Amino acid sequence: MIPAAFDYYRPKDMGDVVALLQEHGDDARVMAGGHSLIPMMKLRMAEIAHLIDLQDVAGLGGISVESGQITLGAMVTQHEIIDSDALRAAAPILHEAALQIADPQVRYMGTVGGNVANGDPGNDMPGLMQCLDATFTLVGPDGKREVAARGFYHAAYMTDRDDSEVLTSVSFAAPKGGYAYEKQKRKIGDYATAAAAVQIEKSGGVCASASIAMTNLSDTPIWSETAGAALVGTKVDDAAIAAAIAAMQADIEPVEDNRGPAAFKRHAAATVLTRAIRRAWDRA
Amino acid sequence: MNDMTPEREERVAGLKGLGCSRKRVEDARFTQGKGNYVDDLKMPGMLHGDFVRSPYAHARVKSINTEAAMALDGVVAVLTAADLAPLGLHWMPTLAGDKQMVLADGKVLFQGQEVAYVIARDRYIAADAVELVEVEYEELPVLTDPFEALKSDVVLREDLDPAAPGAHGPRKHPNHIFTWEAGDREATEQVLAEADVVAEEMVYYHRTHPCPLETCGCVASMDKVNGKLTLWGTFQAPHAIRTVVSLISGIEEHNIRVISPDIGGGFGNKVGAYAGYVCSVVASIVTGQPVKWVEDRMENLMTTAFARDYWMKGKIAATKEGKITGLWCHTTADHGGFDACADPTKFPAGFMNICTGSYDIPTAYLAVDGVYTNKAPGGVAYRCSFRVTEAAYFIERMIEVLAIELNMDAAELRRINFIRKDQFPYQSALGWEYDSGDYHTAWDKALNAVGYDDLRKEQAERIEAFKRGETRKLLGIGLTHFTEIVGAGPVKNCDILGLGMFDSCEIRIHPTGSAIARLGTISQGQGHATTFAQILASEIGIPADSITVEEGDTDTAPYGLGTYGSRSTPVAGAATAMAGRKIRAKAQMIAAYLLEVHDDDVEFDVDRFVIKGAPERFKTMKEIAFAAYNQAIPGIEPGLEAVSYYDPPNMTYPFGAYICVMEIDVDTGEHQIRQFYALDDCGTRINPMIIEGQVHGGLTEALAIAMGQEIAYDEMGNCKTGTLMDFFLPTAWETPHYTTDHTVTPSPHHPIGAKGVGESPNVGGVPAFSNAVHDAFRAFGLRQSHMPHDHWRIWKIADDLGLHG
Ligand SMILES: Cc1cc2nc3c(=O)[nH]c(=O)nc-3n(C[C@H](O)[C@H](O)[C@H](O)COP(=O)(O)OP(=O)(O)OC[C@H]3O[C@@H](n4cnc5c(N)ncnc54)[C@H](O)[C@@H]3O)c2cc1C
Repeated sequence: MIPAAFDYYRPKDMGDVVALLQEHGDDARVMAGGHSLIPMMKLRMAEIAHLIDLQDVAGLGGISVESGQITLGAMVTQHEIIDSDALRAAAPILHEAALQIADPQVRYMGTVGGNVANGDPGNDMPGLMQCLDATFTLVGPDGKREVAARGFYHAAYMTDRDDSEVLTSVSFAAPKGGYAYEKQKRKIGDYATAAAAVQIEKSGGVCASASIAMTNLSDTPIWSETAGAALVGTKVDDAAIAAAIAAMQADIEPVEDNRGPAAFKRHAAATVLTRAIRRAWDRA
Repeated sequence: MNDMTPEREERVAGLKGLGCSRKRVEDARFTQGKGNYVDDLKMPGMLHGDFVRSPYAHARVKSINTEAAMALDGVVAVLTAADLAPLGLHWMPTLAGDKQMVLADGKVLFQGQEVAYVIARDRYIAADAVELVEVEYEELPVLTDPFEALKSDVVLREDLDPAAPGAHGPRKHPNHIFTWEAGDREATEQVLAEADVVAEEMVYYHRTHPCPLETCGCVASMDKVNGKLTLWGTFQAPHAIRTVVSLISGIEEHNIRVISPDIGGGFGNKVGAYAGYVCSVVASIVTGQPVKWVEDRMENLMTTAFARDYWMKGKIAATKEGKITGLWCHTTADHGGFDACADPTKFPAGFMNICTGSYDIPTAYLAVDGVYTNKAPGGVAYRCSFRVTEAAYFIERMIEVLAIELNMDAAELRRINFIRKDQFPYQSALGWEYDSGDYHTAWDKALNAVGYDDLRKEQAERIEAFKRGETRKLLGIGLTHFTEIVGAGPVKNCDILGLGMFDSCEIRIHPTGSAIARLGTISQGQGHATTFAQILASEIGIPADSITVEEGDTDTAPYGLGTYGSRSTPVAGAATAMAGRKIRAKAQMIAAYLLEVHDDDVEFDVDRFVIKGAPERFKTMKEIAFAAYNQAIPGIEPGLEAVSYYDPPNMTYPFGAYICVMEIDVDTGEHQIRQFYALDDCGTRINPMIIEGQVHGGLTEALAIAMGQEIAYDEMGNCKTGTLMDFFLPTAWETPHYTTDHTVTPSPHHPIGAKGVGESPNVGGVPAFSNAVHDAFRAFGLRQSHMPHDHWRIWKIADDLGLHG
């Protein structure tokens, strides 16, 4: 578990980061918390000749909650997310989800930017951000651009981000209504067997809007538009939930691995989503 | 100071002897990061070794090109089998009488097998050089299933003459290793044929791994000037390693010093000899520099000794009333590519023949077939005494299956079949003499403690509620009454590679009345420095706090066979008591001389010898120690030292009653342990706090094994569980609360009546957890489902039983 040799850079501004990325192309990688990247390097699944540490780069930190808009700097750690009262008040689903990621030691290091940029279908934040309809801001040689989380993920480890771009922040409107993040895992520190992020708004006793995203059940996170739509206009009773589950099942494509066969994962997906919908509806 | 005699109880308490929950003396250094492990060793000029390992489970090695690796700056040498062959070191003997490749000799038999050994200036260069060694393989058909292996034309061990017998008798097939039998086959078959009821089941105890926190490693240092080899390593049996190194290398034993420093857990993983040790020794001899090799976590999980992997086909016969009349077991044992099991020589399947368990089973038969497959070698006793875990799991599952067959309560079925207290010493049908036990008392205490009858009522209500659709959770009550066999063992039937399994203790009392004791065992976290001092304190009347216990350096410690199989207390603990008694005998003569009376007129009293009938006249052990060195006593040599080599007359048989109450979610397959009650009877209790710690640790390992831990392979022989992401190692989060309890039935043949406890919780815990899972589904028709009971497998049970609607 010893990584191949690499050159280490610790630039202070974004211009230098982008320049380094442009110079070294696929041989370079930025590092945030390192808690996905370094294990891959140690397993020699990733050989990165040029490692660019983002720690000292200005302007990548901070949580801002202003007039209903939330922005998280890419280098905000999962621990900071858990620790922020303002964020917890404005978007409690983040708090609930972050507490289910890894363990405290990993959360002190792991960042929201790294989690969403990584492209690992096991990461929890991408599905969560799709549920919240977040926008990712990227900076590259051609300047800044924004990409919707719902359009960011193409396949496992394949995202809309270009090799020479850096993800600088994640932003979304403060969610309204009830929420739940439900995750089944084998043990502490494990990625999801199945996880569901749900936000529901209630109005006049019926569901006014619902957003549902699933994690680790396909090679990308799955925002299931139809599953959410199945709840809208209903009292979120058993029949509506069953319809949402059926819609979700049509969108996911789980595969067998050490966590179990695909049929089990579908059952687990149904169970976590049912629980998440019920809890979110209760809270709506 | 004779007028200041403290009260007797105070004197006893001051010794911190037997029965005292003395704090562990080791913990000060461990909790402050001051332990000294192999990987902490740093020496000038030290080189680092790393292995090129096979990506294939079965392949021919066509060629190895080391040029590019050798060209890397900082690489000192790359060893292959061709380099070791002239020294005869490309193969090494295993503990099981087989031989194993040190480096691939023409082919590889499991994924991760050692192919070449790189020696470099630092650990990083070594790892880079490993990548540069070019090996050309030709893939061969892979056998991962032992039943298939026994039928296949694919010969795994081409080095063996298929017609010649193996170390344990004739072989039936080129991939067959041995057949081992115990008991009476004919009589058992007759009992089965005539029985009212016969329950039959295949019980699989899956492959898992001891996974100590510290992986295996060593530092070899050959001093070319004086010809002495020093080998530091994570060895559970340092003296045996010295002998083996001497036999393999031809270096005389007095020129070899083996040192086991602090060891971060062993659990059987560190008993055997590994290629890394041999290569490091050769590398140090070749380079004249110290060479360190420490495996990483993946190497540990994928290549060093695994545990279990026993397919146990059972038949159990009983009367209609539930009295067991016979037990039959045929086991297919998957040993991997080489037979590297760590068992006493005469027991190639360990003590699997303890599989009649706690029950009075008059007739029994056991046969075990060892089989080669394309998996890593090992088969060590993972916190167990040579396959006792497999045996206990087998019988405790068979009892449950029989209870289902008889439609009986499993607790009652156990009760009517227990060996009764008055039957001890008890001769088992498979050849053991159980030393002592009182199973009924322990069982009743356990059932009462958990409120067994109420639990059954609650379970029945839960089943009804489940059927009405009010809950998705089932309740399982997992019962186990296990009997262990530990403390190998009598030299007359237990040896490893011809080395008799006695153990030893040497004591030196210092003139001022403190002492040092050295033993042939080695602690890996068991707290020997704490408990052995307590045994001695009670034997010789010197406070435990004034006794240093040292182990693990073959230049200073007396010869012994090491620590595994719960043998330290039964064997080395007995040696300690016996050596203490020799000290006491001499002290008695000295005391009599000092008190000017006859030897027989003084008697030992806690920390002193007193004149019989006149306890105010005495000599303390402190005074006696001083006199022993500094006073000329006619007819008595100066000094106060003793050594004892103890060959136990029998094994000891600890037992226990464990009950696990578990909630199971039929949809997610998740479980929650509501209650775990563990009653252990390990005979005389030396340090209750350490016993409790051992029980907690062992139960947590048992939880891991039963509920998720496994070494799994795909059909290509790729190990699927090579990291701690997939290999389940529980943390505080997954670990339930345990309630511990005890009864005390001393061993009649052990000097202080102690039986050993370190492994009981693993042995008894696994069936308790597993039986709880099975029990939850009993009402719905489940008979047997293989471990580990991880989420998807529990979900599968429910799914197969139609519980998902
Ligand atoms: C034991 C363990 C358990 C874990 N369990 C979970 C879990 O349950 N759920 C979960 O979601 N995660 C889990 N993780 C992953 C953890 O949350 C990581 O920290 C996270 O996935 C990545 O964040 P990071 O800051 O460490 O990123 P890094 O490891 O530094 O980077 C990850 C990848 O993203 C890229 N990257 C990082 N930052 C940026 C950026 N600003 N712009 C562009 N690219 C960037 C890197 O180049 C790299 O390719 C676990 C990790 C461990 C070690």
